[in-house]
Amino acid sequence: MDLTLKIWRQKDSNTKGQMVDYKVTEISEHMSFLEMMDVMNEQLITKGEEPVAFDHDCREGICGMCSMYINGEAHGPDRGVTTCQLHMRMFKHGDTITIEPWRAAAFPVIKDLVVNRSAFDRIQHAGGYISVNTSGNTQDANSIPIQKQAADQAMDAATCIGCGACVATCKNSSAMLFVGAKVSQYALLPQGQVEAADRVKNMVAQMDLEGFGNCTNTGACEVECPKGISLDNIARMNRELMKASI
Amino acid sequence: MGGFFNSSIGRKVAMALSAFFLMFFLLQHLSINLLSVFSPELFNEVSHFMGTNPVVQFALQPVLIFAVVFHFVMGFILEVRNKKANGVAYVKNNGAANSSWFSRNMIWSGVTILAFILLHFIDFWFPEINTKFIQGDWSGTIEGVDGYRYYEELVHKFANPLRVGAYVLAFVFLGLHLAHGFTSAFQSVGGTAGRKKTLQFIGKAYSIVIPAGFVFVAVYHLFNH
Repeated sequence: MDLTLKIWRQKDSNTKGQMVDYKVTEISEHMSFLEMMDVMNEQLITKGEEPVAFDHDCREGICGMCSMYINGEAHGPDRGVTTCQLHMRMFKHGDTITIEPWRAAAFPVIKDLVVNRSAFDRIQHAGGYISVNTSGNTQDANSIPIQKQAADQAMDAATCIGCGACVATCKNSSAMLFVGAKVSQYALLPQGQVEAADRVKNMVAQMDLEGFGNCTNTGACEVECPKGISLDNIARMNRELMKASI
Repeated sequence: MGGFFNSSIGRKVAMALSAFFLMFFLLQHLSINLLSVFSPELFNEVSHFMGTNPVVQFALQPVLIFAVVFHFVMGFILEVRNKKANGVAYVKNNGAANSSWFSRNMIWSGVTILAFILLHFIDFWFPEINTKFIQGDWSGTIEGVDGYRYYEELVHKFANPLRVGAYVLAFVFLGLHLAHGFTSAFQSVGGTAGRKKTLQFIGKAYSIVIPAGFVFVAVYHLFNH
Protein backbone atom coordinates (compact mmCIF):
# COMPACT_ATOMS: atom_id res chain seq x y z
CA MET A 1 0.00 0.00 0.00
CA ASP A 2 0.99 3.62 -0.52
CA LEU A 3 0.58 6.12 2.33
CA THR A 4 0.93 9.80 3.11
CA LEU A 5 2.68 10.42 6.43
CA LYS A 6 2.51 13.69 8.34
CA ILE A 7 5.47 13.54 10.73
CA TRP A 8 6.77 15.91 13.40
CA ARG A 9 10.34 16.93 12.47
CA GLN A 10 12.47 18.72 15.02
CA LYS A 11 16.24 19.05 14.71
CA ASP A 12 16.97 19.19 18.46
CA SER A 13 15.42 20.30 21.74
CA ASN A 14 16.31 23.95 21.14
CA THR A 15 14.88 24.18 17.62
CA LYS A 16 11.24 24.74 16.75
CA GLY A 17 9.66 21.74 15.06
CA GLN A 18 7.01 21.37 12.38
CA MET A 19 4.87 18.77 10.62
CA VAL A 20 6.34 17.54 7.30
CA ASP A 21 4.50 15.44 4.67
CA TYR A 22 6.10 12.30 3.22
CA LYS A 23 4.93 9.77 0.64
CA VAL A 24 5.84 6.16 1.34
CA THR A 25 5.30 3.34 -1.16
CA GLU A 26 5.26 -0.47 -1.27
CA ILE A 27 4.18 -1.01 2.34
CA SER A 28 3.01 -4.55 3.13
CA GLU A 29 0.01 -4.97 5.43
CA HIS A 30 2.07 -7.61 7.30
CA MET A 31 4.66 -5.05 8.38
CA SER A 32 4.71 -3.60 11.86
CA PHE A 33 4.43 0.16 12.18
CA LEU A 34 8.14 0.44 12.96
CA GLU A 35 9.03 -1.66 9.89
CA MET A 36 7.00 0.80 7.84
CA MET A 37 9.05 3.60 9.44
CA ASP A 38 12.24 1.70 8.51
CA VAL A 39 11.10 1.46 4.88
CA MET A 40 10.29 5.15 4.84
CA ASN A 41 13.71 6.02 6.32
CA GLU A 42 15.44 3.86 3.67
CA GLN A 43 13.52 5.72 0.98
CA LEU A 44 14.55 9.04 2.61
CA ILE A 45 18.23 8.01 2.79
CA THR A 46 18.17 6.91 -0.88
CA LYS A 47 16.92 10.38 -1.76
CA GLY A 48 19.70 11.92 0.36
CA GLU A 49 17.36 13.24 3.05
CA GLU A 50 17.72 13.04 6.85
CA PRO A 51 15.90 9.95 8.21
CA VAL A 52 13.25 10.39 10.93
CA ALA A 53 14.58 9.67 14.44
CA PHE A 54 12.36 7.44 16.59
CA ASP A 55 12.84 5.35 19.74
CA HIS A 56 12.80 1.54 19.50
CA ASP A 57 14.58 -1.42 21.01
CA CYS A 58 13.08 -4.90 21.54
CA ARG A 59 10.29 -4.58 18.96
CA GLU A 60 8.18 -7.12 20.83
CA GLY A 61 6.22 -4.94 23.26
CA ILE A 62 8.45 -5.45 26.31
CA CYS A 63 11.02 -2.67 26.51
CA GLY A 64 8.74 0.37 26.49
CA MET A 65 10.97 2.36 24.14
CA CYS A 66 8.72 2.91 21.11
CA SER A 67 6.53 5.93 21.61
CA MET A 68 4.51 7.40 18.77
CA TYR A 69 1.27 9.35 18.84
CA ILE A 70 -0.43 7.96 15.74
CA ASN A 71 -3.59 9.56 14.33
CA GLY A 72 -4.32 11.20 17.67
CA GLU A 73 -3.79 8.13 19.87
CA ALA A 74 -0.83 6.84 21.88
CA HIS A 75 0.55 3.72 20.09
CA GLY A 76 -2.10 4.17 17.40
CA PRO A 77 -5.65 2.94 16.93
CA ASP A 78 -5.21 -0.67 18.13
CA ARG A 79 -5.74 -1.66 21.81
CA GLY A 80 -3.29 -3.39 24.16
CA VAL A 81 -0.30 -2.94 21.84
CA THR A 82 2.83 -0.83 21.67
CA THR A 83 3.78 0.97 18.44
CA CYS A 84 6.08 -1.90 17.45
CA GLN A 85 3.17 -4.37 17.80
CA LEU A 86 0.85 -2.22 15.69
CA HIS A 87 0.31 -3.81 12.28
CA MET A 88 -0.04 -1.97 9.01
CA ARG A 89 -3.21 -4.01 8.35
CA MET A 90 -4.89 -1.47 10.66
CA PHE A 91 -4.49 1.00 7.77
CA LYS A 92 -5.45 0.95 4.11
CA HIS A 93 -3.99 2.07 0.79
CA GLY A 94 -4.10 5.84 0.37
CA ASP A 95 -4.46 6.65 4.09
CA THR A 96 -2.91 9.76 5.61
CA ILE A 97 -1.28 8.99 8.98
CA THR A 98 -0.31 11.71 11.46
CA ILE A 99 2.70 10.80 13.62
CA GLU A 100 3.76 12.94 16.58
CA PRO A 101 6.04 12.51 19.60
CA TRP A 102 4.61 12.13 23.14
CA ARG A 103 3.54 15.61 24.25
CA ALA A 104 4.12 16.71 27.84
CA ALA A 105 6.18 19.50 29.39
CA ALA A 106 7.96 16.80 31.43
CA PHE A 107 8.84 14.84 28.23
CA PRO A 108 10.83 17.35 26.12
CA VAL A 109 11.55 16.39 22.51
CA ILE A 110 15.17 15.39 21.90
CA LYS A 111 14.83 14.94 18.14
CA ASP A 112 11.87 14.30 15.78
CA LEU A 113 9.80 11.58 17.51
CA VAL A 114 12.26 10.90 20.34
CA VAL A 115 11.39 12.37 23.75
CA ASN A 116 13.33 12.45 27.01
CA ARG A 117 11.55 10.19 29.50
CA SER A 118 14.22 10.32 32.22
CA ALA A 119 11.60 11.94 34.50
CA PHE A 120 10.23 8.38 34.89
CA ASP A 121 13.68 7.13 35.92
CA ARG A 122 13.95 9.83 38.58
CA ILE A 123 10.49 8.90 39.95
CA GLN A 124 11.65 5.25 40.16
CA HIS A 125 14.85 6.27 41.90
CA ALA A 126 12.79 8.18 44.48
CA GLY A 127 11.25 4.98 45.84
CA GLY A 128 10.44 2.33 43.23
CA TYR A 129 12.51 -0.39 44.88
CA ILE A 130 12.79 -2.56 47.99
CA SER A 131 15.95 -2.83 50.09
CA VAL A 132 16.98 -6.47 49.95
CA ASN A 133 20.42 -7.91 50.60
CA THR A 134 21.30 -9.54 47.28
CA SER A 135 24.89 -10.48 48.19
CA GLY A 136 24.48 -14.21 47.77
CA ASN A 137 22.29 -15.03 50.76
CA THR A 138 18.87 -14.04 49.40
CA GLN A 139 16.16 -16.19 50.93
CA ASP A 140 13.64 -18.14 48.85
CA ALA A 141 10.79 -15.80 47.83
CA ASN A 142 8.28 -18.59 48.45
CA SER A 143 9.13 -18.68 52.15
CA ILE A 144 6.83 -15.67 52.65
CA PRO A 145 3.16 -16.65 52.13
CA ILE A 146 1.33 -14.25 49.78
CA GLN A 147 -2.38 -14.32 49.01
CA LYS A 148 -3.01 -15.38 45.39
CA GLN A 149 -5.18 -12.35 44.62
CA ALA A 150 -2.54 -9.91 45.94
CA ALA A 151 0.20 -11.69 43.99
CA ASP A 152 -1.86 -11.47 40.78
CA GLN A 153 -2.67 -7.78 41.26
CA ALA A 154 0.97 -6.98 42.05
CA MET A 155 2.03 -8.84 38.90
CA ASP A 156 -0.56 -6.96 36.84
CA ALA A 157 0.83 -3.65 38.15
CA ALA A 158 4.38 -4.81 37.49
CA THR A 159 3.64 -5.37 33.79
CA CYS A 160 3.93 -1.58 33.31
CA ILE A 161 6.80 -1.06 30.88
CA GLY A 162 7.11 2.69 31.54
CA CYS A 163 6.52 3.68 27.92
CA GLY A 164 4.72 6.90 28.90
CA ALA A 165 1.57 6.36 26.80
CA CYS A 166 -0.49 7.29 29.90
CA VAL A 167 1.18 10.70 30.11
CA ALA A 168 1.00 11.21 26.34
CA THR A 169 -2.72 10.48 26.18
CA CYS A 170 -3.74 12.31 29.37
CA LYS A 171 -5.35 15.71 28.78
CA ASN A 172 -3.46 16.87 31.89
CA SER A 173 -0.16 15.08 31.08
CA SER A 174 -0.50 13.27 34.40
CA ALA A 175 1.85 10.43 35.27
CA MET A 176 -0.43 8.91 37.90
CA LEU A 177 -1.09 5.62 36.09
CA PHE A 178 2.66 4.97 35.86
CA VAL A 179 3.37 6.00 39.46
CA GLY A 180 0.21 4.22 40.66
CA ALA A 181 1.41 0.97 39.07
CA LYS A 182 4.90 1.32 40.51
CA VAL A 183 3.56 2.09 44.00
CA SER A 184 0.98 -0.72 43.80
CA GLN A 185 3.34 -3.51 42.80
CA TYR A 186 5.10 -3.08 46.17
CA ALA A 187 2.14 -1.95 48.27
CA LEU A 188 0.38 -5.26 47.58
CA LEU A 189 3.26 -7.43 48.75
CA PRO A 190 4.71 -8.01 52.25
CA GLN A 191 8.23 -7.21 51.00
CA GLY A 192 7.07 -3.70 50.12
CA GLN A 193 5.62 -2.82 53.52
CA VAL A 194 8.82 -1.75 55.28
CA GLU A 195 9.39 1.28 53.03
CA ALA A 196 5.73 1.75 51.99
CA ALA A 197 5.11 5.19 53.56
CA ASP A 198 8.36 6.79 52.39
CA ARG A 199 8.01 5.19 48.96
CA VAL A 200 4.64 6.71 48.09
CA LYS A 201 5.50 10.11 49.59
CA ASN A 202 8.83 10.37 47.77
CA MET A 203 7.57 9.06 44.43
CA VAL A 204 4.56 11.43 44.42
CA ALA A 205 6.80 14.34 45.46
CA GLN A 206 9.19 13.56 42.59
CA MET A 207 6.26 13.19 40.16
CA ASP A 208 5.01 16.67 41.15
CA LEU A 209 8.53 18.10 40.92
CA GLU A 210 8.91 16.83 37.35
CA GLY A 211 5.90 18.93 36.29
CA PHE A 212 3.35 16.24 35.46
CA GLY A 213 -0.30 17.33 35.72
CA ASN A 214 -3.09 16.33 38.07
CA CYS A 215 -5.25 13.28 37.36
CA THR A 216 -8.90 14.11 36.65
CA ASN A 217 -9.97 10.48 36.28
CA THR A 218 -11.00 10.61 32.62
CA GLY A 219 -9.71 7.03 32.30
CA ALA A 220 -8.02 7.70 28.93
CA CYS A 221 -4.70 6.28 30.20
CA GLU A 222 -6.27 2.94 31.11
CA VAL A 223 -7.73 2.62 27.59
CA GLU A 224 -4.50 3.52 25.78
CA CYS A 225 -2.07 1.62 28.07
CA PRO A 226 -0.49 -1.20 26.02
CA LYS A 227 -0.35 -3.35 29.17
CA GLY A 228 -3.90 -2.65 30.37
CA ILE A 229 -2.81 -1.14 33.70
CA SER A 230 -6.01 -0.46 35.67
CA LEU A 231 -7.17 2.85 37.19
CA ASP A 232 -7.51 0.89 40.44
CA ASN A 233 -3.76 1.41 40.80
CA ILE A 234 -4.29 5.18 40.96
CA ALA A 235 -6.97 4.73 43.63
CA ARG A 236 -4.56 2.49 45.57
CA MET A 237 -1.78 5.10 45.30
CA ASN A 238 -4.21 7.76 46.59
CA ARG A 239 -5.06 5.52 49.56
CA GLU A 240 -1.39 4.78 50.20
CA LEU A 241 -0.52 8.49 50.24
CA MET A 242 -3.42 9.30 52.58
CA LYS A 243 -2.36 6.45 54.87
CA ALA A 244 1.26 7.68 54.83
CA SER A 245 0.35 11.33 55.44
CA ILE A 246 -2.37 11.14 58.08
CA MET B 1 -0.95 17.17 56.60
CA GLY B 2 0.00 20.58 55.15
CA GLY B 3 2.35 18.82 52.78
CA PHE B 4 -0.35 16.36 51.79
CA PHE B 5 -2.78 19.04 50.58
CA ASN B 6 0.03 20.70 48.61
CA SER B 7 0.66 17.50 46.65
CA SER B 8 -1.11 16.67 43.39
CA ILE B 9 -3.02 13.85 45.08
CA GLY B 10 -3.86 16.01 48.11
CA ARG B 11 -5.47 18.58 45.79
CA LYS B 12 -7.52 15.82 44.16
CA VAL B 13 -8.68 14.68 47.59
CA ALA B 14 -9.58 18.26 48.57
CA MET B 15 -11.60 18.63 45.34
CA ALA B 16 -13.35 15.37 46.13
CA LEU B 17 -14.16 16.32 49.74
CA SER B 18 -15.71 19.63 48.66
CA ALA B 19 -17.58 17.71 45.93
CA PHE B 20 -19.02 15.27 48.50
CA PHE B 21 -20.33 18.17 50.56
CA LEU B 22 -21.83 19.87 47.48
CA MET B 23 -23.44 16.63 46.28
CA PHE B 24 -25.03 16.16 49.72
CA PHE B 25 -26.18 19.78 49.58
CA LEU B 26 -27.82 19.21 46.17
CA LEU B 27 -29.72 16.23 47.55
CA GLN B 28 -31.18 18.17 50.50
CA HIS B 29 -31.89 21.23 48.29
CA LEU B 30 -33.83 19.08 45.84
CA SER B 31 -35.76 17.38 48.66
CA ILE B 32 -36.98 20.76 49.89
CA ASN B 33 -37.76 21.99 46.35
CA LEU B 34 -39.88 18.92 45.71
CA LEU B 35 -42.00 19.82 48.76
CA SER B 36 -43.18 22.90 46.85
CA VAL B 37 -44.91 20.61 44.36
CA PHE B 38 -46.55 18.31 46.89
CA SER B 39 -47.26 20.63 49.83
CA PRO B 40 -46.78 24.43 49.69
CA GLU B 41 -47.45 24.64 53.45
CA LEU B 42 -44.75 22.14 54.33
CA PHE B 43 -42.39 23.82 51.82
CA ASN B 44 -42.96 27.13 53.63
CA GLU B 45 -42.38 25.58 57.05
CA VAL B 46 -39.14 23.86 56.03
CA SER B 47 -37.90 26.93 54.13
CA HIS B 48 -38.52 29.11 57.18
CA PHE B 49 -36.68 26.62 59.39
CA MET B 50 -33.69 26.49 57.01
CA GLY B 51 -33.74 30.28 56.56
CA THR B 52 -33.81 31.14 60.26
CA ASN B 53 -32.24 28.24 62.16
CA PRO B 54 -28.96 29.51 63.64
CA VAL B 55 -27.10 26.22 63.01
CA VAL B 56 -28.06 26.27 59.32
CA GLN B 57 -27.50 30.01 58.88
CA PHE B 58 -24.33 30.53 60.91
CA ALA B 59 -22.61 27.12 60.78
CA LEU B 60 -23.69 25.21 57.65
CA GLN B 61 -24.16 28.22 55.33
CA PRO B 62 -20.56 29.46 55.77
CA VAL B 63 -19.31 25.89 55.17
CA LEU B 64 -21.40 25.76 51.99
CA ILE B 65 -20.08 29.11 50.76
CA PHE B 66 -16.54 27.96 51.49
CA ALA B 67 -17.09 24.63 49.67
CA VAL B 68 -18.54 26.38 46.58
CA VAL B 69 -15.76 28.99 46.41
CA PHE B 70 -13.06 26.40 47.12
CA HIS B 71 -14.36 23.94 44.49
CA PHE B 72 -14.41 26.64 41.81
CA VAL B 73 -11.09 28.30 42.71
CA MET B 74 -9.27 24.97 43.03
CA GLY B 75 -10.89 23.78 39.78
CA PHE B 76 -9.49 26.80 37.95
CA ILE B 77 -6.06 26.47 39.60
CA LEU B 78 -5.82 22.79 38.61
CA GLU B 79 -6.95 23.57 35.05
CA VAL B 80 -4.20 26.19 34.68
CA ARG B 81 -1.55 23.86 36.16
CA ASN B 82 -2.65 20.98 33.93
CA LYS B 83 -2.52 23.14 30.82
CA LYS B 84 1.02 24.11 31.81
CA ALA B 85 1.94 20.42 32.13
CA ASN B 86 0.83 19.78 28.53
CA GLY B 87 3.65 21.61 26.77
CA VAL B 88 3.21 21.69 22.98
CA ALA B 89 -0.30 20.78 21.77
CA TYR B 90 -0.93 17.80 19.49
CA VAL B 91 -1.71 18.54 15.85
CA LYS B 92 -4.13 15.62 15.89
CA ASN B 93 -5.64 14.34 19.14
CA ASN B 94 -8.50 11.84 19.20
CA GLY B 95 -9.79 12.27 22.76
CA ALA B 96 -13.14 10.65 21.94
CA ALA B 97 -11.34 7.33 21.34
CA ASN B 98 -10.55 6.84 25.02
CA SER B 99 -12.67 9.10 27.24
CA SER B 100 -16.08 10.75 27.48
CA TRP B 101 -16.68 14.34 26.38
CA PHE B 102 -17.92 15.40 29.79
CA SER B 103 -14.90 13.91 31.60
CA ARG B 104 -12.61 15.97 29.39
CA ASN B 105 -14.63 19.18 29.73
CA MET B 106 -15.36 19.44 33.46
CA ILE B 107 -14.03 23.00 33.36
CA TRP B 108 -16.70 24.04 30.81
CA SER B 109 -19.61 22.34 32.55
CA GLY B 110 -18.21 23.90 35.73
CA VAL B 111 -18.10 27.41 34.21
CA THR B 112 -21.73 26.99 33.04
CA ILE B 113 -22.75 26.00 36.57
CA LEU B 114 -20.86 29.02 37.94
CA ALA B 115 -22.80 31.30 35.56
CA PHE B 116 -26.02 29.66 36.75
CA ILE B 117 -25.07 30.15 40.42
CA LEU B 118 -24.67 33.89 39.74
CA LEU B 119 -28.20 34.01 38.27
CA HIS B 120 -29.46 31.91 41.17
CA PHE B 121 -27.85 34.26 43.70
CA ILE B 122 -29.43 37.31 42.03
CA ASP B 123 -32.81 35.50 42.05
CA PHE B 124 -32.87 34.10 45.55
CA TRP B 125 -29.76 34.34 47.69
CA PHE B 126 -28.95 38.09 47.51
CA PRO B 127 -32.60 39.08 48.25
CA GLU B 128 -32.60 36.64 51.22
CA ILE B 129 -29.36 38.08 52.59
CA ASN B 130 -30.71 41.62 52.07
CA THR B 131 -34.00 40.89 53.83
CA LYS B 132 -32.50 39.06 56.77
CA PHE B 133 -29.07 40.51 57.38
CA ILE B 134 -29.43 44.10 56.08
CA GLN B 135 -33.14 44.87 56.67
CA GLY B 136 -33.12 42.67 59.77
CA ASP B 137 -36.47 41.06 58.85
CA TRP B 138 -36.41 37.44 60.04
CA SER B 139 -40.20 37.03 60.10
CA GLY B 140 -40.39 35.14 56.80
CA THR B 141 -43.59 37.04 55.96
CA ILE B 142 -44.43 39.79 53.51
CA GLU B 143 -47.32 42.21 53.18
CA GLY B 144 -50.22 40.93 51.11
CA VAL B 145 -49.31 37.24 51.52
CA ASP B 146 -50.92 34.91 54.07
CA GLY B 147 -48.40 32.86 56.00
CA TYR B 148 -44.77 32.64 54.90
CA ARG B 149 -43.50 34.31 51.69
CA TYR B 150 -41.22 31.54 50.35
CA TYR B 151 -43.72 29.66 48.19
CA GLU B 152 -45.04 32.87 46.60
CA GLU B 153 -41.50 34.00 45.77
CA LEU B 154 -40.64 30.65 44.20
CA VAL B 155 -43.79 30.61 42.04
CA HIS B 156 -43.19 34.22 41.00
CA LYS B 157 -39.62 33.44 39.81
CA PHE B 158 -40.66 30.37 37.82
CA ALA B 159 -43.41 32.27 35.96
CA ASN B 160 -40.85 33.53 33.43
CA PRO B 161 -40.22 30.97 30.62
CA LEU B 162 -36.84 32.50 29.77
CA ARG B 163 -35.62 32.06 33.33
CA VAL B 164 -36.94 28.49 33.46
CA GLY B 165 -35.18 27.83 30.12
CA ALA B 166 -31.89 29.08 31.56
CA TYR B 167 -32.41 26.88 34.62
CA VAL B 168 -33.09 23.79 32.48
CA LEU B 169 -29.97 24.39 30.37
CA ALA B 170 -27.84 24.86 33.49
CA PHE B 171 -29.13 21.62 34.96
CA VAL B 172 -28.25 19.72 31.78
CA PHE B 173 -24.65 20.87 32.34
CA LEU B 174 -24.90 20.00 36.04
CA GLY B 175 -25.94 16.49 34.96
CA LEU B 176 -22.92 16.22 32.65
CA HIS B 177 -20.66 17.52 35.44
CA LEU B 178 -22.04 14.96 37.89
CA ALA B 179 -21.92 12.13 35.33
CA HIS B 180 -18.14 12.27 35.62
CA GLY B 181 -17.76 14.01 38.98
CA PHE B 182 -19.62 11.52 41.18
CA THR B 183 -17.45 8.47 40.45
CA SER B 184 -14.37 10.66 39.97
CA ALA B 185 -14.66 11.98 43.55
CA PHE B 186 -14.77 8.43 44.92
CA GLN B 187 -11.79 7.43 42.76
CA SER B 188 -9.83 10.43 44.07
CA VAL B 189 -10.23 9.35 47.70
CA GLY B 190 -9.16 5.85 46.70
CA GLY B 191 -12.59 4.32 46.92
CA THR B 192 -13.48 2.68 43.63
CA ALA B 193 -11.15 -0.30 43.66
CA GLY B 194 -13.30 -3.43 43.65
CA ARG B 195 -16.61 -1.55 43.89
CA LYS B 196 -16.53 0.14 40.49
CA LYS B 197 -19.76 -1.21 38.98
CA THR B 198 -21.98 -0.28 41.96
CA LEU B 199 -20.50 3.22 42.20
CA GLN B 200 -20.84 3.79 38.44
CA PHE B 201 -24.51 2.79 38.64
CA ILE B 202 -25.20 5.07 41.62
CA GLY B 203 -23.25 7.87 39.91
CA LYS B 204 -25.27 7.55 36.72
CA ALA B 205 -28.55 7.49 38.66
CA TYR B 206 -27.52 10.49 40.78
CA SER B 207 -26.43 12.55 37.76
CA ILE B 208 -29.81 11.96 36.07
CA VAL B 209 -32.22 12.07 39.03
CA ILE B 210 -30.88 15.22 40.74
CA PRO B 211 -30.91 17.57 37.70
CA ALA B 212 -34.18 16.03 36.44
CA GLY B 213 -35.75 16.71 39.85
CA PHE B 214 -34.76 20.40 39.81
CA VAL B 215 -35.99 20.75 36.22
CA PHE B 216 -39.29 19.09 37.15
CA VAL B 217 -39.92 21.60 39.96
CA ALA B 218 -39.16 24.61 37.74
CA VAL B 219 -41.25 23.37 34.81
CA TYR B 220 -44.12 22.30 37.11
CA HIS B 221 -44.48 25.83 38.50
CA LEU B 222 -44.15 27.39 35.04
CA PHE B 223 -47.13 25.43 33.71
CA ASN B 224 -49.31 25.28 36.83
CA HIS B 225 -49.70 28.93 37.72
